[in-house]
Amino acid sequence: MSLIEITEVKKRFGNNEVLKGINIDVAPGEVIAVIGKSGSGKSTLLRCINGLETIDEGSISVAGAQLLPDELHLKALRLKVGMIFQGFNLFPHLTAGRNVMLSQMVVKKTPKAEAEAMARRQLERVGLAHKFDAYPDQLSGGQQQRVAIARALAMQPIALLCDEITSALDPELVSEVLAVVKELAGEGMTLMMVTHEMRFARDVCSRVVFMHQGRVHEIGPPEEVFASPKTPELQQFLGVTH
Amino acid sequence: MSEFTTWDIVRNLLLAARWTILLSIVSFIGGGLVGAALLFARIGKRRLGQIFVKTYVELFQGTPLLMQLFLAFFGLGLFGIDVPAWLAAGLALILWSAAFLTEIWRGCVEAIARGQWEASSSLGMGYIQQMRHVILPQALRIAVPPTVGFSVQVVKGTALTSIIGFVELSKAGTVVTNATFEPFKVYGLVALIYFCLCWPLSKSSQILERKLNVAHRNH
Repeated sequence: MSLIEITEVKKRFGNNEVLKGINIDVAPGEVIAVIGKSGSGKSTLLRCINGLETIDEGSISVAGAQLLPDELHLKALRLKVGMIFQGFNLFPHLTAGRNVMLSQMVVKKTPKAEAEAMARRQLERVGLAHKFDAYPDQLSGGQQQRVAIARALAMQPIALLCDEITSALDPELVSEVLAVVKELAGEGMTLMMVTHEMRFARDVCSRVVFMHQGRVHEIGPPEEVFASPKTPELQQFLGVTH
Repeated sequence: MSEFTTWDIVRNLLLAARWTILLSIVSFIGGGLVGAALLFARIGKRRLGQIFVKTYVELFQGTPLLMQLFLAFFGLGLFGIDVPAWLAAGLALILWSAAFLTEIWRGCVEAIARGQWEASSSLGMGYIQQMRHVILPQALRIAVPPTVGFSVQVVKGTALTSIIGFVELSKAGTVVTNATFEPFKVYGLVALIYFCLCWPLSKSSQILERKLNVAHRNH
């Protein structure tokens, strides 16, 4: 039984078809890395799963919640699948703790004390319990991204989408964010991540999806995809010369 | 012929300045309320509301305030409604302020990065929740300096209402000049009073801007 079912998904921006029939099934607990050149449609695919983009054809469902373009269905979907962005997107007018508390209180109507306890737990989990009262602009990029992860986790999603979450970070901050993601993967969280961190994809992911020109070009376990890429496009992308 | 002391002139001008202040406050607050209502129609999802507000703003920004005052004063008269000058002045200034404030505030809402909408969406928030908890608190902060700055325009705008016969500071200046035959002295004093009203507003707008910016950089 798959957790995320992506079936024949097509997406157009005007005349430009960026997704040309995508089929991916993700099982619970799987960690999927989506790789590919920029413009291959990998970010768009991730954004579709969270309903940030509408789809033109096909269907997407996460644990039974269908992607449909009305607020009620979108909310149901987004409660099941959280998203983390390249640019962190923390709410700058709220402290780290408040950032993690807000959606629990507003969307789930969790009482404040409970939401605060949850926020402290989640910040602890990403190693930032001591930053509860810090504002986002007092935190480093890596810390901000970890708060963003805690914020998504506080909604208790069953899957997490990560859209190039380390691409905006200074090199020395990348590892602290990846360590958190690795831990989540270890705990059995279902993850789907667009990433350029090939080593991380190889070490942590259960499957790798290589996208090329709006299609899933190759898919398989990392040892297979990285060690023996079948198509010339993937060989070129990985910089392997045969 | 009776003689007027400077104090007589100043006293009369200050008495009239009360009406300038009152009209400014009414226009600014009324314009703010109407402007807020228009803002929600403008940034809302209904197409009709957007077009209505857009047209409204273009009309009021594209015609002189003086014409708007004339139309409010004489236009309503055409329908047999006897409009007192204070009502026409208040009405025109409220509608005029609303047009500008809506536009200022729309800019502030649109200045909030798209990522804020996306992040709050992905957390399951609906449109109204996003507005209330994420977008408006940030937009409000950047809206304060330009809004206070615009209040200066409102104060100066009230001067035009003298033409339809509303007795405020400028009109009082004309009346006093007609009695004293000292236009330079009288209008100089009028200008000075306007300056005393406007300068603190401009200054506080600047101070607020600096303060809120600093707050944003490092709370």
